[in-house]
Amino acid sequence: MIRGKPWAWLVFGLGALYFLLPLLATFLFSLSIRKSGYTLDAYANVLADPRFQSTLGYSLFIALCTIVIGLVIVVPAAYYIRLRAPKLRPIVEFVTLLPLIIPAIVLVFGYIRLYSTSSWLPVLGWQLGGQYVGGPLILTFAYVALGLPYMYRAIDTGLRTIDVQTLTEAATILGANRLTIIAQVIFPNIIIAVLSGAFLTLAIVIGEFTIASLLSQPVFGVYMQNVGANRAFEPAALAIISFVITWGAMGMIQLLSRFAPKTARKD
Amino acid sequence: MATVNSTAEPTAGPVQTGPASLGGRKRNFLTGMTLGDFLAVAPFVLFALMFLLLPMSYLIVQAFQAPDGSFTLDNLAALGTPKTLDSFLISIRVSGASAILGCVIGLFIALAIIRGKLPDGIRSTVMTFSGVASNFAGIPLAFAFLATLGRLGLLTVVLKTVFGFDLYKAGFNLLSFWGLTLTYLYFQIPLMILIIAPAIDGLKREWSEAASTLGASNWQFWRFVGLPVLWPNLLGTLSLLFANAFGAIATAYALTGSTLNIVPVLLYAQIQGDVLGNRGLGAALALGMVIITALANVIYLVVRTRAERWLK
Repeated sequence: MIRGKPWAWLVFGLGALYFLLPLLATFLFSLSIRKSGYTLDAYANVLADPRFQSTLGYSLFIALCTIVIGLVIVVPAAYYIRLRAPKLRPIVEFVTLLPLIIPAIVLVFGYIRLYSTSSWLPVLGWQLGGQYVGGPLILTFAYVALGLPYMYRAIDTGLRTIDVQTLTEAATILGANRLTIIAQVIFPNIIIAVLSGAFLTLAIVIGEFTIASLLSQPVFGVYMQNVGANRAFEPAALAIISFVITWGAMGMIQLLSRFAPKTARKD
Repeated sequence: MATVNSTAEPTAGPVQTGPASLGGRKRNFLTGMTLGDFLAVAPFVLFALMFLLLPMSYLIVQAFQAPDGSFTLDNLAALGTPKTLDSFLISIRVSGASAILGCVIGLFIALAIIRGKLPDGIRSTVMTFSGVASNFAGIPLAFAFLATLGRLGLLTVVLKTVFGFDLYKAGFNLLSFWGLTLTYLYFQIPLMILIIAPAIDGLKREWSEAASTLGASNWQFWRFVGLPVLWPNLLGTLSLLFANAFGAIATAYALTGSTLNIVPVLLYAQIQGDVLGNRGLGAALALGMVIITALANVIYLVVRTRAERWLK
């Protein structure tokens, strides 16, 4: 006899149908580029497209920059709040939640108005050694903002599982300065949380379209939109590819959470 | 495109860090700030100012500015024109429908996997999948639904050739209100499952045992115990899902182009080409969006603190 209540099986079955059918249909659709039989041609077309490689590479690069800058911004601040200023915690938490309240499109609209070439701080026009850096820079910071709620929560959860106070005191007695403490004592102890935040950021950023397209940045999401407007079967292949990427990033988080320390500090 | 960190805080224990007392000496957190402390928070403060607070304030100011810089309410009044009002209404309807349906369906799936006595592996599989699906939004999601339920989508074609049922003749259209809602549900339902599962876990087994000992039926347990306890959570998640859908644009843009004129799509066109021909109006549009998502989030934050009362 099968375990479980019949109604639960029914609900689960209907849910599975809704979630798996589009995946299956998209996969089969992506294989049907030829009139007869299934082929992987759509995937071959996509993978051979130089724009696929360059945009995905660029997106990965921006994602990496986003993660590094995000860590530099979040880790010291979260550490400081835990250690010295718990009273400021609600304020900081509210600020980190702002990107959920302000829609991404409004955020980028603000950047464009504030940092356009005709404004008082024309970051969007910046060049460095003949290279255009303004757009990529703003894009990266926009992505830092998108990932901020998740990055902050991941880091804060990580800090909660270690004894920040004792570690800091011990390191201070041994003569370490603040930077050394953060980089060599705190950071290695919360590396699992850091990586979770990093992969989540990657999953959010890798296929992002709105912000990048309004900043005219050649990212993967914009490329996908482009293909979607011009081709029939390749978009389905791209949908499957990005699903696999998302799955990979989330799978890494699952895997990492097994290594995460489960105990909070004991007082 | 909001998501939930699937490693979400398992240890919500009360961790007191207290006013730090390095070297046994209590310090005021502002007056006793050392250079190291300052450098630690400086990047965060600078980032928050430059990339969250300033851009937002700048837009709000512009929403009340006439082209010559003087104060005006014309921009806000212009939101009342039929075209703009229409997009707000469509946006609210799509977000509302996908939030309500996402909430109800997500709740039932979460109940099924947690209290339905299904085999052990199912719960963790569903939770992992929810983490992925709630992040699987935007352009690729639109592609997947076009390949499935578009005019030439696989399911549409199979239904037509094998079962002789023409979806599109029956009135369905993916590029419509219901089509968009159906697509949004693909990330709304998983988000609901991720958020509500811990709350359902918090309904203690003892409560239903106590209820049935006292002679309550299953229905009575849910009516008088289960739902009242979950209620703040449900309401909070509902507003979160609403805000989530309201700000989303990529999916709708890739799916319908500009046939379905939701607010973000209108704003997107406005930013791209200043089609409304008025700087202030774009800012007013943005302000309108933020007010709506902010309201939804405030509801979420307020009821969340209430929800935590029972579920510890």
